[in-house]
Amino acid sequence: MAQPRPLGVIPLGDSAAYVEFSSTLDLEVNSVVQRLALAILKRKVPWIRDVVPALGGVALHFDPDHAEFPGKPLDEALALVNDSLKQGLDTRNDPGREVELPVCYEREFALDLGEVAKKANLPPEEIASRHAAAEYRVLMMGFAPGHAYMGGLDAKLAVPRRASPRAVVPAGSVAIANEQTVVYPYAISGGWNVIGRTPMVLFDAARARPSLLWPGDRVRFRAISKAQFVELAANQ
Amino acid sequence: MSVRVLRPGLLTTVQDHGRHGFQRVGLCPGGAMDPVALALANALVGNPPGDAALEITVIGPDLMFEEDTLVAVCGAEFLGSFPHNRPVLVPAGSRFSVGRAIRGARAYLAVAGGFAVDPVLGSRSTYLPGHFGGFAGRALKHGDALPLRDGAASERFSRLKGTKERTVRWSAPPLTLPDREPILVHVIEGQHHASFDSSSQRAFVDTVWRVAPESNRMGFRLSGPPLGRPQGDEILSGPTCLGSVQVPPSGVPIALMADHQTTGGYPRIAEIASADVARLAQLAPGGKVHFARCSLEIAAELRKHARERLDSALRGIAWEYGRK
Repeated sequence: MAQPRPLGVIPLGDSAAYVEFSSTLDLEVNSVVQRLALAILKRKVPWIRDVVPALGGVALHFDPDHAEFPGKPLDEALALVNDSLKQGLDTRNDPGREVELPVCYEREFALDLGEVAKKANLPPEEIASRHAAAEYRVLMMGFAPGHAYMGGLDAKLAVPRRASPRAVVPAGSVAIANEQTVVYPYAISGGWNVIGRTPMVLFDAARARPSLLWPGDRVRFRAISKAQFVELAANQ
Repeated sequence: MSVRVLRPGLLTTVQDHGRHGFQRVGLCPGGAMDPVALALANALVGNPPGDAALEITVIGPDLMFEEDTLVAVCGAEFLGSFPHNRPVLVPAGSRFSVGRAIRGARAYLAVAGGFAVDPVLGSRSTYLPGHFGGFAGRALKHGDALPLRDGAASERFSRLKGTKERTVRWSAPPLTLPDREPILVHVIEGQHHASFDSSSQRAFVDTVWRVAPESNRMGFRLSGPPLGRPQGDEILSGPTCLGSVQVPPSGVPIALMADHQTTGGYPRIAEIASADVARLAQLAPGGKVHFARCSLEIAAELRKHARERLDSALRGIAWEYGRK
């Protein structure tokens, strides 16, 4: 595939810019976005505080009070992106790590499994086995700290979000909607279909690497029993 | 040394300059809603501008300091028997009562030496949704004892200790407080501005919006006419920023504030000029705001001017202290 080019640079106010590559979800574009974000981070540009890979582009958050903050930050941001692309992104090494998340798909945790099975016209056990069989990729993080939007969901499991969101989804809930899967890092309101729960702590500010998942990571889910869930949860 | 919380107020949290560098894992910078007032309060007691202070919201706390403590309160004006925008030496064991806000919504109480809470991911700010940072990751409660670093060694402390009034006769300017409402807030067009129907585009700048009661540190919901898009097609979720104005399907715009989500799936009609976010943060629920469009260049100019006003206020404070 030819290397994608930025469609344009969109100001997010005067303190950030979004360099957009695609306005629709394209997994190949997203994989370039992940590598690009890492390449820009590595440059340690002093007036850029945050580099955020999103589904279809990369956002750069500025420190406008920095002494080296340029007069035309949008031009500089675009130049930085084009320069990084020109130098060639590292395509040999996958930037993401492999992460395996244990998930208990038993009824007690799978609040929406029945509903999803009905909509997908599959037996409930198959929802779980298909979900655990795929490899996922963290396409973007957001909504809450440690909350990853992961692509790679089996097309047969692509069901819409719940008509009305839950006021509180329990921490660790593994949920699906459309063609993505997520794990709720803590108890929070949410509208995705919950099909299991992981005992792992997705985000802990006290850890050196606070988030379990990072942009670009490859993720697999491993089915575990309730007993294993309880044991793993106790060791967290 | 510590300060005891006799009454916590509505929402009193420890906040500093914010936590940068983690937006790619979904953690917003957070920090003080009005960083200008934070910087002034810190300067008055001799701390670095982004140091941690108490962010006091709408109804203030009652506090008791164990030792003589140099404090300053900047930002919103609250009822209470202490002077605003001035350093004041609070005697040990006395009750320091902050009433309700009468102008603005948020004030910052800084203490000389600062609050001795541990930084989490590079910041002492309280992140309420994640229950970490600041004091025990939460708003202050009755009975809390917040540890303080010793500020008594500071030159400013001894200056005031020698005066009868235990304060000074000058004050820092309230840079972010509105004289009248509606306040004027500048915006540039958001990424999806063109997808809104023309009557909604006009309504956005013609309406005097009110900050809805269900507003908080994450976002301000704005009451007014619902805004609509002709093709209600979904947009690809993308990045957001402090000051992004999102419009969910309900049509009620939400201005993203300090504890905002880092990405979002709602169309963004506007982005607030960074210079004006601190003034917006000073609106309490019911407060009125009016948006005016500007170019990115003008937004950058406004920021430069705001920065210069703050710098000259900080120089003014240093100059006053430097006089014999």
